[in-house]
Amino acid sequence: MERCLVLWCPDWPVAAYLRGRGEPERAAPIAVFAQNLVVACNAAARQEGIRRGMRRRDAQSRCPALRIAAEDPARDAREFLPIADRIERLAPGLQIMRPGLCALRIRGAARYYGGELPAALALVQLLREEGIDVRAGVADGRFAAEQAARAAADAIVIEEGGSGAFLAPLPVETLDEEPLTKLLGQLGIRTLGDFARLGAREVLDRFGPSGALRHALAAGEDSRRFEPRAAPPDHTREIAFEPPVAIADQVAFGVRVAAEQFIAGLAQAGLACTEVRVELVGPDGDAVERVWAHPAAFGATSVVERVRWQLEAAATGTSLRGGVSTVRIAPEVTGSISAHEPGLYGRPDERVVHALSRVQAMLGHRGVATASVGGGRRLADRQVLTPWGERAPRSLADRPWPGALPAPHPASVYPRPIPVQVEHAGGAPEWITADGARSRVTAWAGPWPLVERGWSPAERRRADRYQVVDEAGRAWALLLEQGGEWSAEGRYD
Amino acid sequence: MFDHVPVNAAPLRRPIPSGDELARLRAGIERIERTTRIGSDAPVLPAPPSIARALPGGGLRVGAAYSLDRSMPLLLELLAGPTSAGKWCAVTGMPELGVEAAREAGIDLDRLVLVPHPGERWLAVASALAEIGGIVAVRPGGRVRDSDAARLAARLRDRESVLLVQGAWPGAEATIRVERTSWSGLGAGWGYLDPGMRDVVVSGRRVPVASRRTASEAPRHGLRAVG
Repeated sequence: MERCLVLWCPDWPVAAYLRGRGEPERAAPIAVFAQNLVVACNAAARQEGIRRGMRRRDAQSRCPALRIAAEDPARDAREFLPIADRIERLAPGLQIMRPGLCALRIRGAARYYGGELPAALALVQLLREEGIDVRAGVADGRFAAEQAARAAADAIVIEEGGSGAFLAPLPVETLDEEPLTKLLGQLGIRTLGDFARLGAREVLDRFGPSGALRHALAAGEDSRRFEPRAAPPDHTREIAFEPPVAIADQVAFGVRVAAEQFIAGLAQAGLACTEVRVELVGPDGDAVERVWAHPAAFGATSVVERVRWQLEAAATGTSLRGGVSTVRIAPEVTGSISAHEPGLYGRPDERVVHALSRVQAMLGHRGVATASVGGGRRLADRQVLTPWGERAPRSLADRPWPGALPAPHPASVYPRPIPVQVEHAGGAPEWITADGARSRVTAWAGPWPLVERGWSPAERRRADRYQVVDEAGRAWALLLEQGGEWSAEGRYD
Repeated sequence: MFDHVPVNAAPLRRPIPSGDELARLRAGIERIERTTRIGSDAPVLPAPPSIARALPGGGLRVGAAYSLDRSMPLLLELLAGPTSAGKWCAVTGMPELGVEAAREAGIDLDRLVLVPHPGERWLAVASALAEIGGIVAVRPGGRVRDSDAARLAARLRDRESVLLVQGAWPGAEATIRVERTSWSGLGAGWGYLDPGMRDVVVSGRRVPVASRRTASEAPRHGLRAVG
């Protein structure tokens, strides 16, 4: 078995959140939530009694000052990568187990620093000097080393062959293997030592290969192979403008060569980029950052186009007033180029992608859209247009929307309801004036009440729906707002 | 005496094209033929049966333009067949197209592309959209010149697309319009609107007079014949 060093950054999601915002580590309580459950919190929050898995309401009632952050696995990974790069420069052969947790072969470092403990302490020391809170554990295999790191104040070294004894008093939940640990608990097996004492053959019979692996881990025998990551070449391109440039055309021109190098570099590595992160930084350090997706794979021109669109979008906001001093282009999602190469036979929709990209180049990113049905009560809310190339948001159309119109739906839905005039006698519509023509109503139905945001007095909206058919053969979906104004939401004919 | 004028005695002879080259040349000729005329045997895209009966060729002829009125249900009905046959359709200049109605009409939303506001460059947009090799629906943003229409028509034929125009169009294969929609399901203050029943009129040079009037309605219901 291989001697292994594990570096663990405690409460990584919190640290990543703060690093992402460029804030220093704080003594104030912070917790990261996913679906209203605590997934991580810092020491201050723990002191207030906040634990993993706690509901948001409970957490806030225990600690009203708790700062709340949303979970973002991409952010955790993104913030960890520079740290992994830093560690790799100190000692080679790094394997990232998950963001905030990585393993190294200790052999080389131990020889260099004159022992495992000095090596571990030196790494911890070096990283802490750079503001990265980290603990180290050295043991046979990753599992034992991780547990040692979690138990350490700075670093713990477990002698060769001593992993089993170290792990024995730990609870079985340490294995983090949900149905298995629960079952073991029901069988009265509370610690890893108890579990390790079971016969290997019986464990394999009862729990299968996955259980057998956990059994070996509990006994301090980590059979998993160590797979150091291949240090990825950095494909990020950075273009600096000195002095800052304010005109979109100039920026696009300056970016062109870098974009070509960016795509060529990826192609050389056998990669095609389907999502690219573009970061525009102004002279005052204000930045606009977003990820762009491509329906097929990015080429140099389409990268330049995205930079231009982002500039145009930024021009309407308040940031980047002083122009752009730096443009950074980084691959966000890449795939094997063989899956994206136009290929011998041409991908079936190659023509479509090409044609729509051209229209997008003419009209801008939002000019071309794909349609999907979204959630909402009003007709216009249910029309979701997503810019071509971007993923459509998750549809909420199948949730219950009391008050939404059932099928058949109007063939025309006005993005903003158009005002109409309805003359009625005792609540029964008689004449409708819309689209410049006055016509007698021949049939109608309604009112169907429509209440939105009933839970919030300030945002509450109430209206009544009507269907009206007039003599001209027009059929309308009408809204009568609370103030008495009529408008047409849609038209059936 | 005459000077001896060197004359290239050998007749002008080109090497016989190889098989590959022949195939390439034939493809080129076919392409030219395609861009210059629409044969009566040109492929058609499926149209709703009631309308297809009245259309020359029994469907939307690839490479042709059709002039429609402003009826959105008619447009959705015409788009549904081609998308379910795996064609893409692009709709430009119609920001109010009802997405849910489109889905109910049978349009595959994964193959529907919208360009709601093409602005001044609607013709250039339509021309670029013709590249997708499916069906392009356009609401013109202004008058179109015959020469522009002819250029677009050549591209439609080359890319095997169909153009549907909400408005007049020079050289349209046929004009399809809804004469009347009859509604049912609604009374005086009660009921809910049923899918409408439309009397559709198809006219054009090549449309037989007998089949010009036809009725169409939401696909789920049966057809109604109009005398």
